[in-house]
Amino acid sequence: MNAPRRIVTPARRVRGLGAGHSGTTTFWHQRITSIAGIPLTIAAIVIAVALLGRSHAATVQILGSPLVAITMLLFIITFAYHMWIGMQEIIVDYVHDEGFKYAALLGNTFFVFVLAFASCYAILKLSFGV
Amino acid sequence: MVEFTLPKNSKITQGKTWPRKASAKRETEVRVYRWDPDDGQNPRVDTYYVDRDDCGPMVLDALIWIKNNIDPTLTFRRSCREGVCGSCAMNIDGTNTLACTKAMDDAKEPLKVYPLPHQPVVKDLVPDLTNFYAQYASIEPWLHTVSPTPETEWKQSHEDRQKLDGMYECILCACCSTSCPSYWWNSDRYLGPAALLQANRWVQDTRDEATGERLDKLEDPFRLYRCHTILNCSKACPKSLNPAKQIAELKKTMVDRQL
Repeated sequence: MNAPRRIVTPARRVRGLGAGHSGTTTFWHQRITSIAGIPLTIAAIVIAVALLGRSHAATVQILGSPLVAITMLLFIITFAYHMWIGMQEIIVDYVHDEGFKYAALLGNTFFVFVLAFASCYAILKLSFGV
Repeated sequence: MVEFTLPKNSKITQGKTWPRKASAKRETEVRVYRWDPDDGQNPRVDTYYVDRDDCGPMVLDALIWIKNNIDPTLTFRRSCREGVCGSCAMNIDGTNTLACTKAMDDAKEPLKVYPLPHQPVVKDLVPDLTNFYAQYASIEPWLHTVSPTPETEWKQSHEDRQKLDGMYECILCACCSTSCPSYWWNSDRYLGPAALLQANRWVQDTRDEATGERLDKLEDPFRLYRCHTILNCSKACPKSLNPAKQIAELKKTMVDRQL
């Protein structure tokens, strides 16, 4: 409630800590993953439809075949990265409390990594049958 | 953190309804946001009835009529009354625009008039734009050169001059920036559409020799990249400019210098 009193000029407030010298790469990667996501989403839907009503053995065989497995891996990695950037943007937009912000950013990163690695592991296990 | 409710001392209360002019035949009901820093009260919305046969057609005409005929304490900024100075920017009928170029008949009745959103209020319809002006100053809106100053003018082709169309016309009324949700949440670090349009005006100016330095200063997750192409800015601009397009141009220039 009792925020410390700050007496600073408007110029100091606006200049802040200076430019962060980053942002463009994130922006560009968000666009690349969006574009890559279009054919990959279509492919993933086609694969999912192809799996409908199949037996377990047939499903394992389809998902484990090289072309399907590579497509699914690309799909997972592309969207995990896209999701990571997107969620980070949302957190930075709306969460201003320092502690909560860093906790949310860490949580986002951990969640995306666990999800992506677990999904990739599942596809690879089907491919190599280990 | 984003605040979706107003702080306690900013909650708007029911204001008073001012007496109508008995002789008025054609009236427009106008509801105006009022706040006085000196009386310790919460803001309120007062209701006035404007005699349309005694008043000009624009919202600014109505405000001036109210001030002259009903309530001299009503406070607002105005100067040129023809859309050139940007002083009378306010939120009218839910959209940021200039009171002097907005016709009363083009707005729903009752006509609702509020100060520009999400800025500290000085009094009534007057917002404190200190931060907005400081952001404009921070992009250094003047020509930067290293070459020896020519004896006559700095030359520019007609084609290159035309690239500044759609930017130089900006009157810095702040309608765009204060309509932008990203600016509402992050105006301490995000420059906002007006300052970014102006930044692009100098980045694209072929006479300027500090393009790289200008881009360096904008290369920041907040200053430029809080823009998420919401487009409220372009919708609000009373000069029909397109700040969102200029911000997209800046982002494209940023990518161009990396690839």
